Amino acid sequence: MGHPYIPNTREIRGQMLREMGVASVDELFADIPAKIRLRRELKLPGPMSELEVKRHVQAMLARNRPFTQMPSFLGGGVWLHHIPTHVRELVRRSEFLTSYTPYQPEVSQGMLQALFEYQSMICELTGMDVANASMYDWATSLGEAALMCARVAGRRKFIVPTLINPERFNTLQNYVLGPGLELIKIGYDSRTGQLDLSQLRRELGGDVAGVYVENPSYLGFLETHVNEVAKAAHEAGALFVVGVNPISLGLLRAPGDYGADIVIGEGQPLGNPVSFGGPLLGIFACRDDVKLVRQMPGRLIGMTTALDGKTRGYVMVLQTREQHIRRERATSSICSNEALCGVAAAIYLASLGPRGFRELGEACAASANYAMRKLRTIKGLKVPIFDAPHFNEFTLNCDDIDISAAKLNAELLKRDIHGGKPLRGEFPELGETSLMCVTELHTKEDIDRLASALAEIAG
Amino acid sequence: MRKKLGLIVNPIAGMGGRVGLKGTDGSDTLAKALKLGAKPVSPSRAVEALRTIKRSGLKFDLLAYPHEMGKDEAREAGLKARVIGKIVSGKTSAEDTKRAAREMLAEGVDLLLVAGGDGTIGDVIEAIGMRAPVLGIPCGVKLHSAAFANTPEAAGDVAARFLRDGLPLREAEVMDIDEDAYREGRLSAKLKGYARVPYEPTMVQATKEGSAGFELADQKAIARWVLELMERGRMYVLGPGTTTRAVAEELGIRDSTLLGVDLILDHKLLAQDVNERQILEMIEGKPATIIVSPIGRQGFIFGRGNQQISPGVIRKVGRENVMVIATPHKLGLTPVLKVDTGDAVLDDKFRGYIRVMTGYRQMRMVMVSQ
Amino acid sequence: MTNYRQARWAGDAVLEPLIFELGKPGRMGYTLPPKLHEQLKIPKNLLREELELPELSEVEVVRHYTRLSQMNYGVDSGFYPLGSCTMKYNPKVCEELASLEEAAYIHPYQAEDTVQGALELMYRLERCLVEIAGVDRVCLHPSAGAHGEFVAMLITRAYHKLKGDGARTHVIVPDSAHGTNPASAAMAGYEVVTVPSDGRGRVDLEALEAAASEHTAALMLTNPNTLGLFEDEILKIAEVIHGVGGLLFYDGANLNGILGKARPGDMGFDIVHFNLHKTFSTPHGGGGPGAGPVGVKSELEKFLPVPVVEYDEKHTRYYLDYDRPHSIGKVKAFYGNFGVLVKAYAYILLMGAEGLSEVAEAAVLNANYIMRKLSGTRGYELKFDAGGPCKHEVVFSTEPLRRETGVSAKDVAKRLLDYGMHAPTYYFPPIVSEALMIEPTESEPKEELDRFVDALKNIAEEARSNPERLRAAPTATAIGRLDEVKASREPILSWKMYHKHQA
Repeated sequence: MGHPYIPNTREIRGQMLREMGVASVDELFADIPAKIRLRRELKLPGPMSELEVKRHVQAMLARNRPFTQMPSFLGGGVWLHHIPTHVRELVRRSEFLTSYTPYQPEVSQGMLQALFEYQSMICELTGMDVANASMYDWATSLGEAALMCARVAGRRKFIVPTLINPERFNTLQNYVLGPGLELIKIGYDSRTGQLDLSQLRRELGGDVAGVYVENPSYLGFLETHVNEVAKAAHEAGALFVVGVNPISLGLLRAPGDYGADIVIGEGQPLGNPVSFGGPLLGIFACRDDVKLVRQMPGRLIGMTTALDGKTRGYVMVLQTREQHIRRERATSSICSNEALCGVAAAIYLASLGPRGFRELGEACAASANYAMRKLRTIKGLKVPIFDAPHFNEFTLNCDDIDISAAKLNAELLKRDIHGGKPLRGEFPELGETSLMCVTELHTKEDIDRLASALAEIAG
Repeated sequence: MRKKLGLIVNPIAGMGGRVGLKGTDGSDTLAKALKLGAKPVSPSRAVEALRTIKRSGLKFDLLAYPHEMGKDEAREAGLKARVIGKIVSGKTSAEDTKRAAREMLAEGVDLLLVAGGDGTIGDVIEAIGMRAPVLGIPCGVKLHSAAFANTPEAAGDVAARFLRDGLPLREAEVMDIDEDAYREGRLSAKLKGYARVPYEPTMVQATKEGSAGFELADQKAIARWVLELMERGRMYVLGPGTTTRAVAEELGIRDSTLLGVDLILDHKLLAQDVNERQILEMIEGKPATIIVSPIGRQGFIFGRGNQQISPGVIRKVGRENVMVIATPHKLGLTPVLKVDTGDAVLDDKFRGYIRVMTGYRQMRMVMVSQ
Repeated sequence: MTNYRQARWAGDAVLEPLIFELGKPGRMGYTLPPKLHEQLKIPKNLLREELELPELSEVEVVRHYTRLSQMNYGVDSGFYPLGSCTMKYNPKVCEELASLEEAAYIHPYQAEDTVQGALELMYRLERCLVEIAGVDRVCLHPSAGAHGEFVAMLITRAYHKLKGDGARTHVIVPDSAHGTNPASAAMAGYEVVTVPSDGRGRVDLEALEAAASEHTAALMLTNPNTLGLFEDEILKIAEVIHGVGGLLFYDGANLNGILGKARPGDMGFDIVHFNLHKTFSTPHGGGGPGAGPVGVKSELEKFLPVPVVEYDEKHTRYYLDYDRPHSIGKVKAFYGNFGVLVKAYAYILLMGAEGLSEVAEAAVLNANYIMRKLSGTRGYELKFDAGGPCKHEVVFSTEPLRRETGVSAKDVAKRLLDYGMHAPTYYFPPIVSEALMIEPTESEPKEELDRFVDALKNIAEEARSNPERLRAAPTATAIGRLDEVKASREPILSWKMYHKHQA
């Protein structure tokens, strides 16, 4: 009986072997030395029919509690937003889904143009001129950004904020191991969370390749002095790198407007499901400066014409930066990326448009503000811990009610609510603090429910 | 705009070989060769190359020198050529080659296709230096210059590709063989100069990446690495070539010699174009490293063009302190290297697979053969 | 000869307009529930003033991207023999399972008790990959093959560092290797030593022995290699590298050729990486997302990135273990491309051990079938014909055709597009001139293989009689050849740059 995914049945395979004058398929594996030839069957589950696989996997996944079934206030690197149904439908079209890197542009204009549109929209959001066709995620984009700054500036130090997302920082540490770059952390004002500008200026010497800030920060507040950070960095001859949650850019100023040279971020919230943390979408964009563009990692799609000189078309460009041409001399080893997630982001942004995207940002900020207002009234809670404007994430501290953030979450879970992320392990100096996130998914009722649950637990 | 190809054929190159003579420079050898019944070699080679270009279907303008210096070969290959210049048929010489090169340069040719041997190419660069790209169709026995394609067909191939799609250019060694020594069975070669030659990088689809292509970037990368490895107080004996020159340039040294051996200490040029005696004197009592690059068509790391780095010098410095540097493209042209220090025992220390530095922190294992 | 025509939306000198050129002010493709009335405490100077994005209705968005998809070619469209990419059929049930709410709408920071299903799936997938490769543990974090290679290099660094072996600065790579190998090694700070391939297309042992030294940190090897040939001296190779104290890394790009027939762990490899989007049939997505898990032998387990999924027998629960003092830490955020992992796991369940064995047999048979049928065809040359079988892919050179007619491998590939087939990889591996790297996979029916071979034969004939036809190809696709030189010389990389360019 034929296998659904292997059209050549045993009979047909037999026929082919006869045509080739080969006795059995075993002969085709005769070049594998006997000593390493596997003579037993692999011990694996299956084979299962489609129906059995569905049952098996569904039963397994049924032990997960998706946030569509209970309100969740988690953020911190991936965020819960509603994805318009047509976005998911379009990226499942098999011409997109089952294609590969558009090495043959003549048959791949669909993917190439979609990625060009993605690149373009990211440029509009971030205020940059050039964006690549995706990196793995924000964390690895940061790693690559640091390497790029070092290459461009010919220097060895890279500055980051102390309050940087620890997973991103840890990833960055691994990326800079190769060239042995030095990472310097700049502290923050304990009241406002803002980056310590005087410490920054002290650290900015002739050996700093780049300065990185996250805006909004990992803990949700906005860095209000980014203009000064940009100025200080540029005066020292360093590049200014900004990391963003792109959802905030419907409402907030583009980093390009306040001096960013490179903008990175997490594109997942633009039309891609959270999916337990992957696949994600690394945003990587920079100014149109030949020194920067030539050092950029990742694929770049460019506009051109057909050889007739008239018909517009799209191709991968500047491939001499990439591994398939330059091998060890490449700007990065990245080959496969998160292309389809980029296309989803483009479709998402095209569907929202400028007005929708702004409204989305406003909705998230408004809901977060409402949540902060309500939670602040609960005795013993400090919400947020930093006196600064916030976007849609904020900190919640429960030191004063003598309960750990973890225990708080356990209690919330009993009430079918998922609390924020406890930060004690990452920033012990912040005590029992959690990182909360609110989006357009949360109704007023959800937030009220959270508030009364917390009031109950605190009381 | 159609591309212009200039064709120069040295009709007497390579005639000595078949009759046991080692070259036809100098008219008495030519007369000898003719008497011995030698037949011209280069015309048919040139025709082979031209036929290959014709087969490629490329549309281009062909400029040729008169009669046996190009026009005849073009006709035989079935190509229309515009004839420029004047010669006396049957009595051509190096002067005609030089004049042809100058006149074709003035006509603005995109590529000069030259059928001949080392002497012919040497004449061309004497006349026009590196002011136009050159490609040699190999004719004869004296083919030590790296400016030749492997075969006439390959020459036609590369020429067609260069004109149609654009190929990067590299600086290729042009060698000068000591004629009398050669006839006595001794090989004494000097680096005469450099020609700019198109090459096909095998791993890249042909691109118009700028006139020097990746070669320059690779040389800079090698230089950057060498710089990182350089130690204070150590003498560096820098052999001739464009890749070693890139090392000097990376140090900020502008006046290193292209064709000679230089000495560098603590990032400064200590001496230029030194001979064996000077090298031995200056490395006395110091740790030293020799940096060489393969020279010529056969890729000799020692023995052609850098004989100043004698066996005595190499022994004093030590095998382990010899750095061989070469760009991937150079290695593509000479995948197997050779060594001829003059001391067979010493040569053996370099045979087999050796590490060649090919980029920034990149090496390749390359075979050095008999 | 061929009646293929790709869909082509064609306006005036533009196939389908850029999305920025469509729509009208006021249109919107999405509605949000009403927002709360809250005063935003954000200073005006931090707020955005304008944002240029297209304004389209949902109808227009859907039509635009539907049209674009029609001008794209995937495995579902037809034959896609891209060498070393394993463009096999992607079962749709795997897609569906990854889209389930319980898979797509869970947050990585959720309390472990609320994501036991996800943790169990990852745990079980790891066990499957361990068995398939013959290793002891697998990290599911890396997002792609190159990422996995980079992680492997970081593990290598950590391993030698812990042993106090700081002089290990070299990573050896064959000249036939995929470009990501040396790039990943260089990114991890290693000096790359390239070794040549011998006349049989395998790693030159003499060169390898000369290259291996006390400076060797690791050798990166693909087996079967990129020529589709099995490195039959692999045990000797392992001996040489282990003999100098180096590690052996397996690039799993070509695992499809030996599934169930041999295991990298048994060959002596210490670190093994997988491409789930190749061997395990998760869709390529036009360039991604994929996943590149990394497997290790037990002595390297301690270095794996955190967290690792563990099973607590006592409490019968899965958990994320961060308590690993020698771990290299994080190589990206969270735990890996879960959405991709689900598909790979489902694929393994669908196939089972016998199915995966059959995959290798059918894939290898298909490649050898093409090799036999094309060998001896004038114009195509098998560079390393040792008379033995190839594995799941085969590399031909069109050098003879070029000598005869002047057409290149690229011209042949472009003409193949007119037959409704995707071209094989060309000009790779770099050690074969005019290379065509053909990997049919097990998903191709015999008729399609016959059609492919016939097409190549026809194209060779056409090259002889009418080479201009090849140079003008493709003509049946949405667009013909593009000016790639101009594209890189004057790059227009966004709508913004396009505007500046027009001005």
